[in-house]
Amino acid sequence: MYKSRVVCFFSEAQSEQPIIYRLVKDFDLVINILKADINPRKEGYLVVELSGEREHYESGIRFLKDIGVRVEPLSQTVVWQEEICVQCGACASFCPTGALAIERLSMEVSFDNSKCVVCGMCLDCCPTRAMTVFFNIAAPL
Amino acid sequence: MGVKKTYEEINEKIRKGQAVVVTAEEVIGIVEEKGIERAAQEIDVVTTGTFGPMCSSGAFLNFGHSNPRMRIQKAWLNGVEVYSGIAAVDAYLGATQLPENDPENKVFPGRFSYGGGHVIHDLLAGKEIRLEAISYGTDCYPRKKIDTLITLKDINEAILFNPRNAYQNYNCAVNVSDRTIYTYMGILKPRMGNASYSTSGQLSPLLNDPYYRTIGVGTRIFLGGGIGYVAWHGTQHHPNVERNEHGVPTGGAGTLAVMGDLKQMKPEWLVGASLLGYGASLIVGIGIPIPILDEEIMKFVAIKDEDIVCPIVDYSEGYPYRKPGNLGLVNYKDLKSGQIVIEGKKVTTTPLSSYPKARQIAGMLKDWISKGQFELTIPVAKLPSADDPIEVNSLLERDVNGRNGRRW
Repeated sequence: MYKSRVVCFFSEAQSEQPIIYRLVKDFDLVINILKADINPRKEGYLVVELSGEREHYESGIRFLKDIGVRVEPLSQTVVWQEEICVQCGACASFCPTGALAIERLSMEVSFDNSKCVVCGMCLDCCPTRAMTVFFNIAAPL
Repeated sequence: MGVKKTYEEINEKIRKGQAVVVTAEEVIGIVEEKGIERAAQEIDVVTTGTFGPMCSSGAFLNFGHSNPRMRIQKAWLNGVEVYSGIAAVDAYLGATQLPENDPENKVFPGRFSYGGGHVIHDLLAGKEIRLEAISYGTDCYPRKKIDTLITLKDINEAILFNPRNAYQNYNCAVNVSDRTIYTYMGILKPRMGNASYSTSGQLSPLLNDPYYRTIGVGTRIFLGGGIGYVAWHGTQHHPNVERNEHGVPTGGAGTLAVMGDLKQMKPEWLVGASLLGYGASLIVGIGIPIPILDEEIMKFVAIKDEDIVCPIVDYSEGYPYRKPGNLGLVNYKDLKSGQIVIEGKKVTTTPLSSYPKARQIAGMLKDWISKGQFELTIPVAKLPSADDPIEVNSLLERDVNGRNGRRW
């Protein structure tokens, strides 16, 4: 099982096509749309998580490129705004990887970006909303 | 021979910069090393601190008069309604009030991104706040409408007045149901997926003075980064509850009503809170100095996390439907360790109240007192304590038949 998050930029012509349907039907990929934005001229992008057999994944990506969709890897980051954080620690119950953790002697909260899998749980459980997520989406050429 | 000190003796030392001040965390090791008697001789003041969401908070504001004058009937600050059923341009801004157009829990769980607590924080941060108000107009107050901007500097008085803060002990919340629930104790995962507690434990003001021997009406305190006072006992103050061998209540007990001039407080110590699916609130920083008048007080302030217990309460059924009983008692040392065992199940524990910030508050207050900038006050009245017959009543639903059509 292979899983990857990508950003797909498409033009008006491509947005008329059932791209997601083809990826599911022809390539047996599991699709999770994380974010989508289509402008009034019907150009836009999709942030998707694709999972399936490695071979199917690569064929799917090839299919997207062949019909003219630009596919870029997603760089997405959760940012801990330390100045907004009040060090309560409520987030530590929800962070599945321990990226947000409490040092139990001092009870201080810290965030290790390298452990973060961008699940987004911390965004909602933080009372001061000190966690934010950024989708770094490179502008299309 | 027992140690005896007076407020005046301690204040004299504070004025001379000679007072020995330690935090409620530091004092634990000192007492362990030197014993109660020697510690009581050497230490003059122990400082406490707490920093957590305290919903029963808010501020009285006086906007000043416009021209023509207006007897404000309804008013909003950044869309959040303030209570205007008092004199012309006075209002009370409550911490949990939501903007008129807030989606609340219509799409569940609601986000509650902004509320009265956030307005208080924004006022302190020096931001311009939109004031909208309406009225019916009178001969002496002809104006019917205003829409303007205010800042904390512009308005006259701004008095933080919190009717119930600094709860003496509280529940540890869990969820035994099969669905995630969204509470004022935070998000609780199903089947006891986590446990949430909210206290600074050994640093908490009322846990260090369990019988309110020194904390009373008029006690000068650290409030929201500035100076405040204990105004009264808080609402739902319930001192005559079960206590353990250290005199500490084994569940929620005493509370404080506190007040102070908002204009000298700091935004980092009064922070708006958004509790998913529950509502908006205000995180309040409070620190209270405890004078070491005798050995008994020294013994009380030496309390440790392992000596303070609280009940584990189910918030899916037990709390909302007031079912008696709990899932056992747990001490704060175990809660702070990150994992407890409830009915044989290992459960992750996290706080909602900030221990590092509580420690910082106790440290700041220690610093103020050590430098002679903050003197202690003798309470002008005592708070009701364990032997006072205080009952907390429940709201009864009574038959109102036959009163329809009457005004009351």
